Amino acid sequence: MNKLVYLVPLFPLIGFLINGLGRKSLSKSLIGIIGSAAILASFVVSVFLFIDVKAHGASVVTAFNFINIDTFKIGFAFQVDQLSSLFLLIITGIGFLIHVYSTAYMHEEKSEHFARYFAYLNLFVFSMLLLVLGANYVIMFIGWEGVGLCSYLLIGFWFKNNNYNYAAKKAFVMNRIGDLGFLLAVFWLIAKLGTVNYADVFAAANILSKFDVTAITLLLFVGAMGKSAQIPLYTWLPDAMAGPTPVSALIHAATMVTAGIYMIARSNVLYSMSEVTMNLVAIIGLATALLSATIAIKQNDIKKVLAYSTVSQLGYMFLGLGVGAYTGAVFHVMTHAFFKALLFLGAGSVIHAMHHEQDIRNMGGLKKKLPITHATFLLGCIAIAGIPPFSGFFSKDEILAAAYAHNPIYWGLGVAGAAMTAFYMFRLYATTFLGTFRGTHDQEHHLHESPKAMTIPLIILSILSVLGGLVGIPEILGGHHELHQYLSKVLISEKAHHIEHSTEYMLMAISVAIAALAVIFAIVHFSKKPELKDATGIAKAMENKWYIDELYDAVIVRPLEAVAVFLKNIIEKSGIDAFVNGVGKFVNYSSRQLRLVQSGQVGNCILIMVLSIVIFILLWFYDISIIRLVDKFF
Amino acid sequence: MIPLSLILLPFVAGILSFFVKSDNGSKQLALFFSIATLAVMLLGLCVFNQSAYHHFDVSWLVSLGSRFTIGLDGMGKMLCLLTAISFPIIIAATYNNKYKSTNNFYALLLLTQAGLMGVFVAMDGLLFYFFWELALIPVYFLCSQWGGEKRIAVTFKFFIYTFIGSLLMLVGLLFLYYKTPQHSFAIKDLYNLHLAASEQNFAFWLFFIAFAIKMPIFPFHTWQPDAYEQSPTAVTMVLSGIMVKMGIFAVLRWLIPIFPDAAAKYGQLIIILSIIGIVYASLIAIKQDDVKRLIAYSSIAHIGLMCAAIFTMNSIGLKGVMLQMFSHGVNVIGLWIIADAIEQQLGTRKFSELGGLAQKAPTLAILLVVLAFANIALPLTNAFIGEFLMFNGLFQYNVYFAAIAGVGIILAAVYTLNMVQKVLYGNTTTITENAVEISGNVKWMLAIITIMIIVFGVYPQPMIDLTKDTVQALIK
Amino acid sequence: MPIQYYIYLSLALFSIGIVGVLVRRNAIIVFMCIELMLNAVNLLLLAFSKMHYNTALLTNKETTAGTEGQLFVFFIMVVAAAEVSVGLAIIVMMYRNIHSVDVNFLNRLKN
Repeated sequence: MNKLVYLVPLFPLIGFLINGLGRKSLSKSLIGIIGSAAILASFVVSVFLFIDVKAHGASVVTAFNFINIDTFKIGFAFQVDQLSSLFLLIITGIGFLIHVYSTAYMHEEKSEHFARYFAYLNLFVFSMLLLVLGANYVIMFIGWEGVGLCSYLLIGFWFKNNNYNYAAKKAFVMNRIGDLGFLLAVFWLIAKLGTVNYADVFAAANILSKFDVTAITLLLFVGAMGKSAQIPLYTWLPDAMAGPTPVSALIHAATMVTAGIYMIARSNVLYSMSEVTMNLVAIIGLATALLSATIAIKQNDIKKVLAYSTVSQLGYMFLGLGVGAYTGAVFHVMTHAFFKALLFLGAGSVIHAMHHEQDIRNMGGLKKKLPITHATFLLGCIAIAGIPPFSGFFSKDEILAAAYAHNPIYWGLGVAGAAMTAFYMFRLYATTFLGTFRGTHDQEHHLHESPKAMTIPLIILSILSVLGGLVGIPEILGGHHELHQYLSKVLISEKAHHIEHSTEYMLMAISVAIAALAVIFAIVHFSKKPELKDATGIAKAMENKWYIDELYDAVIVRPLEAVAVFLKNIIEKSGIDAFVNGVGKFVNYSSRQLRLVQSGQVGNCILIMVLSIVIFILLWFYDISIIRLVDKFF
Repeated sequence: MIPLSLILLPFVAGILSFFVKSDNGSKQLALFFSIATLAVMLLGLCVFNQSAYHHFDVSWLVSLGSRFTIGLDGMGKMLCLLTAISFPIIIAATYNNKYKSTNNFYALLLLTQAGLMGVFVAMDGLLFYFFWELALIPVYFLCSQWGGEKRIAVTFKFFIYTFIGSLLMLVGLLFLYYKTPQHSFAIKDLYNLHLAASEQNFAFWLFFIAFAIKMPIFPFHTWQPDAYEQSPTAVTMVLSGIMVKMGIFAVLRWLIPIFPDAAAKYGQLIIILSIIGIVYASLIAIKQDDVKRLIAYSSIAHIGLMCAAIFTMNSIGLKGVMLQMFSHGVNVIGLWIIADAIEQQLGTRKFSELGGLAQKAPTLAILLVVLAFANIALPLTNAFIGEFLMFNGLFQYNVYFAAIAGVGIILAAVYTLNMVQKVLYGNTTTITENAVEISGNVKWMLAIITIMIIVFGVYPQPMIDLTKDTVQALIK
Repeated sequence: MPIQYYIYLSLALFSIGIVGVLVRRNAIIVFMCIELMLNAVNLLLLAFSKMHYNTALLTNKETTAGTEGQLFVFFIMVVAAAEVSVGLAIIVMMYRNIHSVDVNFLNRLKN
């Protein structure tokens, strides 16, 4: 059973190789089948592993010694435990649905690019599986950078458009900033503990000093900021919308952005030891959740709204992690994966029907033309808005309850964010699907429901979005929270919080009521008269994302470029190089001057001869006084 | 016998090549002998791996106290392997390039190889100096005869720069010679010297400046971008792939064991210089508009990291340096091959004139992307292992140094992806409109490099083990 | 006569010779100046030789001290004679070739 683990990342890798190398010879349908089958196979194996873990517990298998220097050993090892097996299911399961969806969505591409697309997609899943399966921080880092690479490749998939390439580069560079933090944390662990294996690190964690733990966890958190798009490194994620829509679904739901949550949940032992870091995680998470929610309210690009909602939801997860509700965060990762994949794929279906129109101001009234997309999208919106008994309610409520136990202000702000979430999601829904169609006549004529390969994944995901919360029904609602029990062996630092049942009922009621109000308000408001005009004032700032990109540009990018130009033109050219050339020029010049002495005139030769003789005689006569003089000076 | 044949094969082939009249004949001769050298190297690693085959010693300039002592230790094997692998790749990848008086070109190229091999196997001070110069002189002629427009000035600068270094080293070597009790250049005697602190401090710099110029580290680097830009690309590959490793190799073999106290004393200064160099070169690379110059500055940044890691004197870091010497050599040669393929085909290296090559030449695009990501040390490429270990060493030495040097890996992503974007992506320009796919030999050579990148990135252990003995000796 | 007078005289002669060699361009005059310098040295040699002899005579009636100086003078005169013959021959050849005895024409060393 143990050896099965190798198969999980192996299948996508094989899929990547086949599609990548055979991109010119394979037919489109074959490419789609290979790409999807690879993930399906991984999913099947993951199911077996999940069952196995449930029955027999965790296990670690080492494929080979990756780096082995004296006592410093890093194995290419995989760890299958409760946490990783759950993530395996999410990644491969949703990944598979996205692959199937892509076969239809990307069908217009030339077969060469079609194969390239599936190869990248498989590589993406492969990297994410490595990240999750790794039994030490270095293997995790391999996957960690691997997903960065794949996001780069996929965001810039349509490489003719330079804006997309910039977005891809931005994503990679921002991730790299985070990766540096991660890497430094790994070095710190090596310096202090001499190992990077999870088991060894967590076992030895208590010998770390307070400062070490704080530094390590903060540096790891910097990595998570980059990967999971938290303040201040979140701006790449909305720009990542440049990629094909299923890619966005993959990045936002199944892979990549959840990596930060996974890593912190995995390192919960370390995190719980440092209060400073925990507070910072919670604050950053909350701030991100609120900031991006305000931005999402005013976005008009269907994908941008969803992108900012992802950033916001990730903020919730970090809030959960920060207050010690690790299970809640992982739970939210899972439910979020369901409904966010659903929403993105639904958006993709709309974009597909509208012939690559993404501006919701040109949509409206799509309810009748796209019935399946509409129904599933609505379910997704309800789920993300946190209306019971849909999945989003349970996970978000768990986080909010833990936040309340930690600090009621966190809860208040969290509920405000949740209300905004409900508001902008239903603004999106109402503007897109309700009201009357506002696009061109040509677009209206071609409106059609998407093919089966796209609608079936939507239906499956909508079922999951509706029912996904049932694995974590809290005790006060009469459930057992099976997820909590399942994960309790890994998330051992989970902070138990005790709130009176009555209080908890009240909190729940308040948050649901506020969300419901926001939903109703949004539907009523936007289905009749959607916002079509350009915003002004503060709304304009929100529409322009609070000018954060411009700020980064002015504060970091431009000064850095100015420094680079300065170094290149001033220091390098007129400084160092000029000095080096100056030495050469000086030698040249002085020898040219000295050459004049050698005029070849007999008279000159004799003159110099005579002068030299005179000088020598003088030196000879006065040698002692000259030596004294030299001695005096030095 | 292995090290001797590693020197003699290319040397004899080089001499022969002067007398081959036909162009194709000299090319084939060079290719054949470089492959033969590689075969000998591989035999030496796999079959004849007993120590007896790896050492050779005959009397040479007896009156000077110098013997012809050559031998292969772990680090020597690594670098000889790099040299042996690189030359066939370089010759094959530039096989279709046209040169005037082809036979002389290949003759000099092979002589360079002989010199490089000699540097890596020499176990005698004078012999080392001899090969050090032997490697330099053919390169001087190659650059000045077959280089670009500004070749004379640039080559002159390069030559003067390195020659000043060499002379300082010669002075240092003679100083050591007179310090040995029985006046000898043998490496054993030099290692056993116990110099006073003041003597070390002074002689250390004589050697280090020579090596620093060769590497080159900031601020001795200004010859490099010009030389890389102006040399014929095959020579640039030799220069940046192998020759700069001579500097690092020499620091590890000749500097640190002989002047341990001075190395410890000035280590921090040199690490700071190297780290300044990393950030400095990376920033300049961001603003380059020329493929070759960008690779040159990127190379300076990488070398800076290696130099910094050496002076941390940490066994993990040193392993990383050795590994990275090999990886960087392979990767940078790959990048030059691409740069050459683009220049040969389109006649330009300016980013502003390139673009959209991914549409026209997808294979080139894929290979360039792989090499670019190897250049920024993505995990599962060979460069990652080296950089990981080196950063680790640097981190153990000083946290802040590692963090500042780490800025370099972010900047590396910026400039490398800049290059990828400007060369491959976007729309085609008037120049790249008619671009075609790279030719077969280039493609295969790059494929070999790609395979090496991945294989050593996934399974680096054999390479790590190869240098075990050298690192142990150094740490002791 | 005190020895100083001889020294001053020969110094003057020698300096005139040097200045003449340095500033005059006529080969013949340069030549004569060289002779002047040689003769200044000769004069000095003779003067010192005589002085030396006189001092030695005070202690030893049979002394031969100072004769080496006069011997040198003969040598110098012989060398000077040889030099004159060769030098004049060169000057004559020079005049035949370039119709001038200006030494500045002899600047082949420059190239």
